[in-house]
Formats: sequence, structure tokens, C-alpha cells
Amino acid sequence: MKVVEVLGSGCANCRRVEANAREALAIAGVEAEIRHVTDYREIAARGVMSTPGLVIDGKVVSVGRIPSAGDIASWLAE
Amino acid sequence: MTTLTVRRVHVPFRVVAPVVVVAWLAAWFANQPLANWAAYDLLGFERGSHLGDAIAFFFLDVPKVLLLLLGIMTVVSFLRSYFPPERMRAALAGRGTVPATLGAAAFGVVTPFCSCSAVPLFIGFVEAGIPLGVTFAFLISSPMVNEVALVLLWGLFGPGIAILYMAAGLTVAVVGGLVLGRLPLEKWIEPWVLAVRAGGGATSLDIRLSVEQRMRDAWTSTKDLVRRVLLYVIIGIGIGALIHGFVPTELVAQIGGRENPFAVPIVVAIAIPLYSNAAGTIPIVEALLGKGMPLGTTLAFMMAIVAISLPEFVILRRVMQLRLIAVFGGVVVAGILAVGFLFNALGI
Repeated sequence: MKVVEVLGSGCANCRRVEANAREALAIAGVEAEIRHVTDYREIAARGVMSTPGLVIDGKVVSVGRIPSAGDIASWLAE
Repeated sequence: MTTLTVRRVHVPFRVVAPVVVVAWLAAWFANQPLANWAAYDLLGFERGSHLGDAIAFFFLDVPKVLLLLLGIMTVVSFLRSYFPPERMRAALAGRGTVPATLGAAAFGVVTPFCSCSAVPLFIGFVEAGIPLGVTFAFLISSPMVNEVALVLLWGLFGPGIAILYMAAGLTVAVVGGLVLGRLPLEKWIEPWVLAVRAGGGATSLDIRLSVEQRMRDAWTSTKDLVRRVLLYVIIGIGIGALIHGFVPTELVAQIGGRENPFAVPIVVAIAIPLYSNAAGTIPIVEALLGKGMPLGTTLAFMMAIVAISLPEFVILRRVMQLRLIAVFGGVVVAGILAVGFLFNALGI
């Protein structure tokens, strides 16, 4: 199962990324666990300097923007 | 009815862009006559009356500010997407204090930044070994000399005041950064921040975005911004309209005037708890300037509103002790006061 992590302090933008990620799972038909990482230590340890960030299976795929559900679905399919 | 359920047709960007530009220009030039027509002819207020003038000001400014925000912010956000913080960090790391401080202040103008990202950005800078003063130069310049402020100042007052504001803001950021860099402040950073080591691997610089993605992002973030500031804008313009129509010029000149040495500290003290954004502030500033408030006092008021944000201080508390935030805030306030006094003394 894939692991999708949304990095961000819980701001409105981060919640939108999470919502888009959920939509993307449905589009791609992929099972995944979605985690919301709010601890700054953990965010910083990923080398992410602008939130919201998105990490799929440990790989940072998006930083400082709100990727669309379509974008996320294509990353999930990779 | 069926047309509503038809799937959205994808119109190519080559068609959309010129149509949008033409519509924007038409709205921009029709705004003034329409505002006057609505206030004086449609609603029948008397030309030159207090209420009529206030209402015409409101009808003129609301669409004007919205048009400026929607149009120019989309372009600016698109351009800014090419200057992510990681790029700035790479450019600043390992430079001398002065060039790095100047660079950080300049990046503050172009790098996309929101206060919710202040903490990861701060950690990223500390981790790259960038001196604290340089980081603070960015944290001062980024909210103060932000694109919304510049776009609105330019659109409502012309390039002169916008450039003056930018120069003053950058100066406060650079001098503030250099002063803070001289002070032994590292001990007031929370210890865990100094211990963070980012794992290697991909950073945002490795993520490729297409031009279309960047444009889509720009439009989305502009829509968000407008939705977020709309209420502030309407309140700000409402207050501006009241000042414009009802506050006597003599009163503004008396309180905010050059002869009153307390004018600058008073407006700064009023502005600190007023955390608004530039979009809501500038209409008030516009009305005050129109009533003869001197430029120094006005600039200090605006800078204090946008640069000193209590929510951002609360967020920064996660990574630094209160004492450090107090020193940081104190230096920014001192810089803003200096700008106000200087411009007033020069009589610009």
C-alpha cells in the first residue's frame, strides 16, 4: 500500500492538498494511507521549505503549491 | 437546461488570454465613468456633497482594487513561481554578510511566501548555515515589500510612491538585518532547530512544472487571495470613503501633520495591532494622503500594518524564544519610525 503524506501546519492550503489527494486516490483507483504531517521537525527533515508539501512513498513530489487531483493521480500511477 | 450539464469545454489558452486581457482593459477604463454614473445619476446623490463623494469613491475603488488584484496578481504569481525559497537559499548560502543581506531583502520582494511557511523557511535557512541577520532581512522585507502592496500603490498613486515605498521597505529590511546580524541572538533560537538535518534526496528544485501548471497555480492562488482579502478590501474602502467624504482636511493635517512630532509614533502604535493586509490598508492610506497627511506618516502607518503581524510572531514562537521575537519586532518598529521621521523631515 502506498503512503501519501501531506506536509503542513494544518493551514487551509494543506487541507486542500489532502482533499485533492483523497480525490486522486479515487481517480487512480489506488489504495493508500494518507497522513497529515504537522510536526515542523519532521517537515524540515524532508528538506521542505515551503508548505504545503506532498510526499508519496517517501519521495517529495510537490512543494509550496496545491497540486490538482489529476496531478496527484498521475504521480500515484507512477 | 441541458447546456448547464454539458461537460466543460477546454478552450485553448491562446484564445482565453487575449479575451481576458481585452475584458480587463475595458473594465479598467469604464470604471471611473460607471462609478460616477452609479453614484450621481443612478442613485441621484448630489455632486460635491459629502455622502455623494463618499459613495462615488466606494464605487470607484472597489472594482479598481479588485481589477488590479485579479489582473496583476495572476501575472506576478506566475513570475514568482520561478523564485522558490530553495533557489534563494542556494543563492545566499556561503556569501558575505552584506551581499547576502541585500540579496535576502531583494528576494523578499519576489519569493512567494506566506506566514504559515515562516517556520519551515526559517529552519531551512538555519540548516544551510545562513546567518540569522540575513534570514531576518528576508522576514522583514517579504511581508512589507509584498507584491500586493506594490501593485496597489502603483495602480492607485502611480509609480513614484510605489518605488519610494519599495526603497524605504528594502532599506528597513537591509539595515534591520545587518543590525540583527551583529547581535548575539543564536542562543535564543530553540535548540532543536539547530539540530535539524534534512535528509538528502529531492528538493523542490528537482520538481519540474510546466508553464501551464504554473499559470493554473497563479490563477488559483490569485482567486484564493481575492477571496481572502475581499472583506478587508471592502471594509478598508468603506473607511476610506468615510474619511474621503466626512473627515475634515484640517483635522488630518493637525493630527498627522509634519508639525506634530508624535504623529509617526501614534500612527505606528495604532497600526501594530491592526493586522490587515495591504489590500485593505491602501484605500485608507489613499484617503488619508488625499486629506493632506504627510507622506512619512502615511508610509509608516502602512508599513507597520503590513510588516508587523502578530499571527506571524505567534508562529515564529515555535522556533525562537520570545526575547528574540521582541528584539526582531523592536528593530522593525525602529526602522519604520525612522522612515516616517525621515520622509517628514525631508518634506517629500
